[in-house]
Amino acid sequence: MSEIPLPHTAKRLVPWWLLRHETMLAVILLIALIVLGGLNSRFLTLDNLLNQGRLTTEVGLIALPMTFIIITGGIDLSVGSIVGLCAILLGYSWKVFGLPLPLAICFSLLVGAAAGFLNGIVITRVKVPPLIMTIATLALYRGLAEGISQARSVRGYPEWFYFIGQENLFGVPAQLWLLLIAIVVTAIVLDRTTFGRTLYAIGNNETAARFSGLPVDRVKLIIYTLSGLMAGLSACVLVSRVTTTRSDMGIGYELDVIAAVVLGGTSIFGGVGTIWGTVVGLAMIQLLKNGLALTGVKGDATIVVIGTVLILSTLVASSLQRRREGV
Amino acid sequence: MTAVTLASAEVSPRRWLKALASQEALLAIAVIGLAIAVGLYNPRFLAARNLSDVLLGNAYIAVAAVGMSMVIISGNIDISVGALIGVLATISGTLAVNGAPIVVAWLAALVAGIAVMALQGAIIAYLRIPAIVVTLGMLSILKGGLISVTGGKWITDLPDSFHLADIELFGELPFPVFLMILVTILAALWMRYSASGRAIYAVGGNAEAARLCGISQPRTIVMVFALHGLFAGAAALLYATQLRVIQSTVPPNLELTIITASVVGGVSILGGAGTVVGSTLAAVLIAEIASALVFIDISPYWIRAVQGVLILVTVIADILRRRRMAGA
Repeated sequence: MSEIPLPHTAKRLVPWWLLRHETMLAVILLIALIVLGGLNSRFLTLDNLLNQGRLTTEVGLIALPMTFIIITGGIDLSVGSIVGLCAILLGYSWKVFGLPLPLAICFSLLVGAAAGFLNGIVITRVKVPPLIMTIATLALYRGLAEGISQARSVRGYPEWFYFIGQENLFGVPAQLWLLLIAIVVTAIVLDRTTFGRTLYAIGNNETAARFSGLPVDRVKLIIYTLSGLMAGLSACVLVSRVTTTRSDMGIGYELDVIAAVVLGGTSIFGGVGTIWGTVVGLAMIQLLKNGLALTGVKGDATIVVIGTVLILSTLVASSLQRRREGV
Repeated sequence: MTAVTLASAEVSPRRWLKALASQEALLAIAVIGLAIAVGLYNPRFLAARNLSDVLLGNAYIAVAAVGMSMVIISGNIDISVGALIGVLATISGTLAVNGAPIVVAWLAALVAGIAVMALQGAIIAYLRIPAIVVTLGMLSILKGGLISVTGGKWITDLPDSFHLADIELFGELPFPVFLMILVTILAALWMRYSASGRAIYAVGGNAEAARLCGISQPRTIVMVFALHGLFAGAAALLYATQLRVIQSTVPPNLELTIITASVVGGVSILGGAGTVVGSTLAAVLIAEIASALVFIDISPYWIRAVQGVLILVTVIADILRRRRMAGA
């Protein structure tokens, strides 16, 4: 159905990379940085920017596998609930079942991966559309978190655990290293490996990908499992940062994550997208939040802005794509 | 797939068995069976007071699920409806407290509901943005907007005449339950027997075929969303008027409960099939389960997990059944 755009042979006035979605976004980001910096002197300081990096890590870790998923034309709405479930199980396996904390962390990562695996296996084997499957597990995983925790919180973790969430490593927030490594790895995988190219093939034309002998189902299973695993990692970072575990953690993450990915130029229809775009999208969402907060806008009003950004950026992207395809 | 449904309707000897195995019949049996089972464990569950409270307190979910079912049958989804109900309830309550005529307060919720949903339908249908993106965006706009405008404060001192839920028809029947039954029957008849009602199934079942039959897909989708907005408005009124106060925030996860009711009610997530009778029965069943948990000493915190399992089981069963029918 979606046609693969043929390369233009005519000479262009401007180099191709200047017209790319990511480049244009980066320019807008730069302008936004300068404007916000001019409006508020506290904004353009290294401390503030690093702190914003700290705050964006939890969403960022999930946005990377979400980029993979959206490139294949799928979606995962359950990520926020997986964060909640993993956070609760981290706290409970440590405090109530008495696991040593490192084991509890592994357990919670395992649960995240298992939660993603369940999404993936039902999506690929039973052919439930990803949207519906992950709406169902959005309810299920959050329900398990609420049921297991009975709305009680767990706190009082040992001091060393707070390192990931609160301390600096080589002058940079510790969790930001995790995010940086994840960005580099996912970018290489998407751009330079057969696995990454398979994602685009699935998103452009799943039937054709299947007939070309690509392991479509296995690839999908891997990316949904990865999404769950990263949500589990995000939960550990989040618990370490805020020092407590509650069942309502991660509520609404799917909005931030999907908004960042879509704003970063990944097409919601599949087949198009890059990790770099998602990184710029993440930065824009976080700076938008920070900039609005510094100018005195409350947190609830910022989600209004993010919702609007989500709809508008999809509108712009889809109208650009339609024009490119000459439809 | 539609051909299979048509063919099966013609076989008469097995019709009764088929009717008994329909989603609606299964749900009705589940509603009654669960009541008996929980009643045996704890007779207080069957007290007339409890049963009528369950119906009264959840009629608004059934009303909203009627609109949601139409949206899903047309091949779309809406996750903004919970936030919209919160906004509409607040608008209506604020108008009533500030001395607007009660009818105006009621109408405002309905009109605003239609306007917001028709706008979303137009963006989805004419600009061809997926429903999940539009409604996820709208969800956050409505939710964030409501809290930042009102600060989540309570609306109190509502005039007595505002409370729709207090009206009792024929001396016995509370208005919300009456409205739930009326809306379900009217919507079911309209969807089954009118051309515009059938168009919803056509668009959801096979958009291309619908277009060739002269059905305008964008117009049908806008109509479906506008109607969904009307039902959301009615649901907001029932929600707002069942208590003496309204908290001006978004009821958490309400959209999930409404989607669960539609899906468990047999509305196919692949579009093109399902009835609103099923979704209303499912809404009653979900409310009954939530109440039953309390009576069999299980923490109500498990209700969301139960909902998740219910959606999962119904969806998987639906897809396996379709696959078997397609294979036969």
